[in-house]
Amino acid sequence: MQISGAEIVVRCLQEEGVEFVFGYPGGAVLEIYDAIFKQDSFKHVLVRHEQAAVHAADGYSRSSKKVGVALVTSGPGATNAVTGIATAHMDSIPMVVLSGQVGTPAIGLDAFQEVDMVGITRPCVKHNFLVKDVNELASTIKKAFHIASTGRPGPVVVDIPKDVTQALAEFHYPESVSIRSYIPATKGHPGQIKKAVNLLAEAKRPFVYVGGGAVLGDACNEVRELVDALNLPCTNTLMGLGAYPGSGDRFLGMLGMHGTYEANMAMQYCDVLVAIGARFDDRVISVPSHFLGQAKKIIHIDIDPSSIAKRVKVDIPIVGNVKDVLVEMLAQIHAGQVRPDPDGLAAWWKQIALWRKPNSLWFDQGSEIIKPQFVVQKLYEVTNGEAFVSSDVGQHQMFAAQYYKFDRPKQWLNSGGLGTMGFGLPAAMGAQLANPNATVACVTGEASIQMNIQELSTCKQYHVPVKIVNLNNRYLGMVRQWQEFFYGNRYSESYMDALPDFVKLAEAYGHVGFRIDKPADVEPVLREAFSQKLKERLVFLDFITDQTVNVFPMVGNGKGLNEMDLPPHMSEYESVPHPAANRDYGNLS
Amino acid sequence: MRHILSILIENEAGALSRVVGLFSARGYNIDSLTVSTTEDPTLSRMTIVTHGSDDVVEQITKQLNKLIEVVKVIDLNESEHIEREMMLIKVRATGKDREEMKRMAEIFRGRIIDVTEKTYTVELTGTNDKLNAFIEALDRTVILETVRTGASGIGRGERILKI
Repeated sequence: MQISGAEIVVRCLQEEGVEFVFGYPGGAVLEIYDAIFKQDSFKHVLVRHEQAAVHAADGYSRSSKKVGVALVTSGPGATNAVTGIATAHMDSIPMVVLSGQVGTPAIGLDAFQEVDMVGITRPCVKHNFLVKDVNELASTIKKAFHIASTGRPGPVVVDIPKDVTQALAEFHYPESVSIRSYIPATKGHPGQIKKAVNLLAEAKRPFVYVGGGAVLGDACNEVRELVDALNLPCTNTLMGLGAYPGSGDRFLGMLGMHGTYEANMAMQYCDVLVAIGARFDDRVISVPSHFLGQAKKIIHIDIDPSSIAKRVKVDIPIVGNVKDVLVEMLAQIHAGQVRPDPDGLAAWWKQIALWRKPNSLWFDQGSEIIKPQFVVQKLYEVTNGEAFVSSDVGQHQMFAAQYYKFDRPKQWLNSGGLGTMGFGLPAAMGAQLANPNATVACVTGEASIQMNIQELSTCKQYHVPVKIVNLNNRYLGMVRQWQEFFYGNRYSESYMDALPDFVKLAEAYGHVGFRIDKPADVEPVLREAFSQKLKERLVFLDFITDQTVNVFPMVGNGKGLNEMDLPPHMSEYESVPHPAANRDYGNLS
Repeated sequence: MRHILSILIENEAGALSRVVGLFSARGYNIDSLTVSTTEDPTLSRMTIVTHGSDDVVEQITKQLNKLIEVVKVIDLNESEHIEREMMLIKVRATGKDREEMKRMAEIFRGRIIDVTEKTYTVELTGTNDKLNAFIEALDRTVILETVRTGASGIGRGERILKI
């Protein structure tokens, strides 16, 4: 029996086991929406802006093991989705975005709501398709899900002209896909893995650096086994938080521009670095030449060959699925009883203890003004460290990353690569829908939250009880910090004037709001917000925080990882060249 | 250093723009690019001449391989290869230049494929250097128009780029 292209779209999504489609209707997708109306196997979530549809699909995917799905109309619907798509692309999030397109006869004629979606999204998708023949619709959607979820994941756009949704065809959903030009790497080269194990056995100052690839590649158990079996110090990137438990003893904290002192120092001064699903980006290692100035051997495991030797030359590249590679590596380690140099390792841990001692994340909550770090610390305590936490972008994002100790992978959702303000609320929405019984918090700022605040309405409609933790310092905090550090305190356009009353705003949308301006109220109000009583409600917590707080440590522009700006209580570490610099660790006693 | 990349790519709408877009987005150079279908109509063969350090060219190759529609990429410079480019060059051929042009074309093993009272059009095939040499050998004022295809390359001997 022949069915319409629109019905084919719906059937494909059913075949893929899709639970939620985040979208917004419009002219070019009316047929698809009509087909959605007639089915009840998946739920459509009507967002208030297409960018939020894509972020919600993204948050849904990040907090589960599933592919996110968004549906938008042609033209402005499609262009509004682009920021969300680029966000997912930078962080390798598996997602399928279906966009409507004007009818095939109208393509190229500047038709109403026409935009070259395939052209516009080409640089920010893993792949995209324009479906011109209804007979290819099902197989294309199958390919889209396959490409999005295999190899290094990423968003795939399927652009569907209106006449294709109206045309009739037999429905046949392929069982499997084989694309001759797309064969993702799986197992790593055993010889390379052997070399890596041998190198680890010689290490005196080993360090494990884990990125988002371990989370996406479901390799966190293997990461933990490797780190614990060999007693290795370890760090997670912003995208890798939760890969190794944040509360673990072997965890030195996040590294990078706002990493801890100990993580950055260990990264700089290790002699054997194991990079797992991480890509040495500029916010992590800053300047490559400086990073490599301290001699070290690097083992780099990644599924994407182009991530290897992109910014940093490595000694032992291993291309493969991180999980499979680590399983093989662990097997060799166990078989050969491989251990790093015990004396070297003991001295290395001793050095790390010295770096840890001053506690680079210490802050003073003595005053009558709420410190943003304090709020995140309390949030961690009140939620027992178990909440899914999304964030927007800026100081609050760094505080969330530094002070919430993520013990599980997929617990932390943030736009790490693209740095998209407005990500937090819709992502939290997606995470809550994927995990209906879980606690979901969105740590945000008064500037970021306003970039997709309209989604408070979506949350009301679908009873999405996320808890919004707004760290309100009336500034674009990170911009203000840079202006303070590098632009002579000229706070150009970084003050957020004329803010709404967020409590009233939350109430206007039918939610609960609290304004908190005393440190003593932080914990009680958090307890109330996360209590059973408000479990079913969205709560907007507007914390009025210190305007002058900066994020420390900070690796400034063009600086090396060991040249951090440190918090005031560590001033002596800044003025004196660090004793660790250029020292042979072999002689440490 | 100059590199010649040979690419086997699905013959699909938009595939070429993905390759070109990749080069511009990542700031790589394209010195020349030729593309056409192969004996298998579902595949196109592309030759891109680029230049950059070995690291950059390695990264270009990896990024090209990452494109879903790219089936295979090889850097022809890694082994013995042959490269050819064709040029059509229209020159002024009047007075004493007329005989001189014919002689020059013969020296370079070119063929005159169109003749008018005032012009010759010469077809010339060879390496990039040879075509450059021909242009250098002519007086600039006699050159009316130049059209070059860009290089096509193929491995020597048994070395084959095929699926």
